[in-house]
Amino acid sequence: MTETETKTETETQLPGLPHQRAIDTEMAAYEPDGTAHPRRDYAPYRSTLLRHPRQPLLAVKDDPDAVELTGPVFGPTDVTDLDADLTRQHQGEPLGERITVTGRILDREGRPVRDQLVEIWQANASGRYAHQRDQHPAPLDPNFTGVGRCLTDAEGGYRFTTVKPGAYPWRNHVNAWRPAHIHFSLFGSAFTQRLVTQMYFPGDPLFPYDPILQSVTDARARERLVAAYEHGLSKPEFALGYRWDVVLDGPAATWTEGEGEQS
Amino acid sequence: MITPSQTVGPFYGYALPFARGGEIAPAGDPRTITLHGVVRDGAGAPIPDALLEFWQAAPDGSLGGAPGSMRRDPVDGAVIGRDGVEFTGFGRVPTDADGHYAVRTLPPPGGAPYVSVAVFARGLTHHLYTRAYLPGCAEDVLLASLPEERRGTLVAREERERVYRFDIRLQGDEGEETVFLEFR
Ligand SMILES: [Fe+2]
Repeated sequence: MTETETKTETETQLPGLPHQRAIDTEMAAYEPDGTAHPRRDYAPYRSTLLRHPRQPLLAVKDDPDAVELTGPVFGPTDVTDLDADLTRQHQGEPLGERITVTGRILDREGRPVRDQLVEIWQANASGRYAHQRDQHPAPLDPNFTGVGRCLTDAEGGYRFTTVKPGAYPWRNHVNAWRPAHIHFSLFGSAFTQRLVTQMYFPGDPLFPYDPILQSVTDARARERLVAAYEHGLSKPEFALGYRWDVVLDGPAATWTEGEGEQS
Repeated sequence: MITPSQTVGPFYGYALPFARGGEIAPAGDPRTITLHGVVRDGAGAPIPDALLEFWQAAPDGSLGGAPGSMRRDPVDGAVIGRDGVEFTGFGRVPTDADGHYAVRTLPPPGGAPYVSVAVFARGLTHHLYTRAYLPGCAEDVLLASLPEERRGTLVAREERERVYRFDIRLQGDEGEETVFLEFR
């Protein structure tokens, strides 16, 4: 695509979109609603409008037989050693700032989630996804796909080597930019604990302008989506280190821990 | 101090779907059923970029699952899919450009006669859970707790032998919108 074509397309699509100021005003009107999870009806993120349920969710509790209290399992056939290093999946090395991201996956009782699948995906250092629907006119990197997987260890730990993703524009509103982020997909010991989320980088000036991050209306909960730079994790002459721990929500069958008691 | 959810966004396509993600039943098992349908938004339009996950009991009632849903080729790392022997109980498929999905699985057992479904999509800030029951489970406690017009959204319709239709409506009027579940 040429630069001229891109501009024309942008100009024809922008007239219907609100400006950042209008989105800022809308976002400021939301009060924290007491939950850590984002609101599903969060109008500043326009794609939610037709994609959130209007009927109340049906609460399932005190059903020890619910299938969702257990969940899928994965093993050594589901990952390869190379999957956790996103900088070694092609012939050459990707451009960008090499980083390692590590942390632990815990359930809401603080127990480590062991031997479970962690999946990540991200834009390259220029803010471009290796996806044909990403039309952002930033360069693709032939040495970077941006997909990783690993299994957690006995302490619930995971570790990836990758490059720091770039910020990228999207068409929620005029001048909408996503702060740099890595998408994470996590499994617990129960299907109820399933989590898909995004990890952000500390100090990003785009945080207050992003309706996806701000769909989490509780400020302290938003902070838990931001990794910490940890100098001790940085490897001399190789990579900067970030730590990000994840706590999964949701109940699990008590028998998976072999405690022999019902809660 | 749980970690909040964030939308799966539009670009998960090269990361999460995997080869034969919808082929949950071991290859050639004569009990295999097809579960399929369309995911729609509040205007009734098909959602072309939803991702669905499925989890269920094995036919013998066990809920332990098995690894190997994303079995890899040790030579080049490609996902070659399940070994055709184990029943992992887990499936994952993206919707097609027309909002349609299909999975082939084994019928869930009488004691847990449903397939649990998690729905992810751009514009959905936190995934949603629902259940696809096979017809004939009227005595199920959860189904029985629902008013008639909402109950129907959780029961797959038998289209022909071993083929069941289960549409998902993210938003709509009562009786139209799928019943979604919350686990506490
Ligand atoms: Fe993204």
